[in-house]
Amino acid sequence: MIELSDVHKSFGSKDVLRGVNLTLPKGESMVIIGGSGTGKSVLLKCVLGLIQPDTGSIAVDGQDVTRLRQGSSERDAFLARFGMLFQGGALFDSLPVWQNVAFRLLRGSLKRPKSEAREVAIEKLRRVGLTPDVADLFPAELSGGMQKRVGLARAIAAEPEIIFFDEPTTGLDPIMSGVINELIREIVVEMGATAMTITHDMSSVRAIADDVAMLHGGVIQWSGPVKDMDASGDPYVTQFISGSADGPIETVR
Amino acid sequence: MSFLATIGRTVLGFLAAIGSVTLFAMETVSHLFRPPYYPREFGHALLQIGYFSLPVVGLTTIFTGGALALQIYAGGARFSAEAVVPQIVAIGMVRELGPVLVGLMIAARVTSSIAAEIATMKVTEQIDALTTLSTNPMKYLTLPRVLAATLVMPVLVGVGDVIGIMGGYLVGVERLGFNASTYLRNTVDFLEFLDIVTSLAKGAVFGFLAALMGCYFGMRSGRGAQGVGRATKGAVVAASVLILAANFILTELFFAA
Ligand SMILES: Nc1ncnc2c1ncn2[C@@H]1O[C@H](COP(=O)(O)OP(=O)(O)O)[C@@H](O)[C@H]1O
Ligand SMILES: [Mg+2]
Repeated sequence: MIELSDVHKSFGSKDVLRGVNLTLPKGESMVIIGGSGTGKSVLLKCVLGLIQPDTGSIAVDGQDVTRLRQGSSERDAFLARFGMLFQGGALFDSLPVWQNVAFRLLRGSLKRPKSEAREVAIEKLRRVGLTPDVADLFPAELSGGMQKRVGLARAIAAEPEIIFFDEPTTGLDPIMSGVINELIREIVVEMGATAMTITHDMSSVRAIADDVAMLHGGVIQWSGPVKDMDASGDPYVTQFISGSADGPIETVR
Repeated sequence: MSFLATIGRTVLGFLAAIGSVTLFAMETVSHLFRPPYYPREFGHALLQIGYFSLPVVGLTTIFTGGALALQIYAGGARFSAEAVVPQIVAIGMVRELGPVLVGLMIAARVTSSIAAEIATMKVTEQIDALTTLSTNPMKYLTLPRVLAATLVMPVLVGVGDVIGIMGGYLVGVERLGFNASTYLRNTVDFLEFLDIVTSLAKGAVFGFLAALMGCYFGMRSGRGAQGVGRATKGAVVAASVLILAANFILTELFFAA
């Protein structure tokens, strides 16, 4: 279970998060929607401790993770439970694709023999719709959508309990988006993982989400089960779903 | 008033930078004693920093050794001291020019590439990704590079010293008419053990500074392509200035007494 309460974060004079309250029960899939630049990625990074919130608390299974010291064994144990797909993929361009996917399995506490790690990598690549011949390419040789899928394979490679996906389907064709949506759903159902996904793609939202939360103006504007989303009555959510230029969300920001 | 404020801000900023560089250096060194280690990264850094720098080190020092011989010959002729060319070339190369020139070439070649690489990793969230994959970027990126540079620089400086002296020798024997065996004997007899030790020790310090600055500026890179450019420029300038300053301080320490 992940609980954020009153999380604030500013960069210089820019207030990005202004008191976010959000609860994500174990084993659920939450989708966060919101306009670009509203701080969705910042929110995920706060939970992972990549960005230190200014105030507020973030608890994962009751443990306040904002207090974990960089490099401490508690923090290592905490991070070992996570998988994260970064918005830009964030693949290591000095390593071939399979070593990116198997990164965790090639060093540290989860280290396995090289051949075994490679097999796991190829299996995960197959799950995101990539053939084994991409395994030995370097990230720079892949298209953006393929890089995204390699990032996804890396996020799920060590079978984490909690997975964050930052815009998993952006830049993919509709068919591949469908494959990825299904995969995320499968991971939550089969592996019992807790997932937090950022997306702008409403078909993804409907395919992936148990719960939906909308971030706007630095706070959670609305949250609830996905089935209530269409009839939320919240003008922000309604505008976002319909993609209309008319409504409370400014189109210049 | 605003003039004073500017001075004050600059001084404070400078002190803050010294503080944070010192902390960064201490953290880097502390990882030397705390596993896990990444031997593959270390090996890769040794190869990149050491082996692939050899051509640049050789070229820089051979030309400088040659020019030094010509200058000393011309200058020495003014008071009929042309014969000291071998000794002065040896001393000049080993004590001073070898370490400084190799240090500056490493700042140009290695510091810039470390800074650009790490800054790009930072900008494209690869550093964040390392962290989420339970890998400490300081252990995985910084320590291997800094350690490799510190260990391999004395070797590069040693090679540079020898090639520099050889440059002087070639010019001395081929152009200035020195007797080959006399030139070599004068060089060998004149150099002291301390000269060589200090030369290599300077190399180690310069290597540490060069790699440290690359990592420091890379890790603190701002966002976007501009951030990478700034980080690289800052790293090379800081490494060069620090190497020259450290050279002065070390020379003072070693030879003042
Ligand atoms: N490291 C940072 N330094 C300064 N500003 C940042 C940083 N990270 C994000 N921001 C700013 O925070 C805002 C929210 O960014 P982000 O979370 O990436 O938006 P999105 O909701 O599209 O994911 C943006 O205006 C961005 O410029
Ligand atoms: Mg984002």
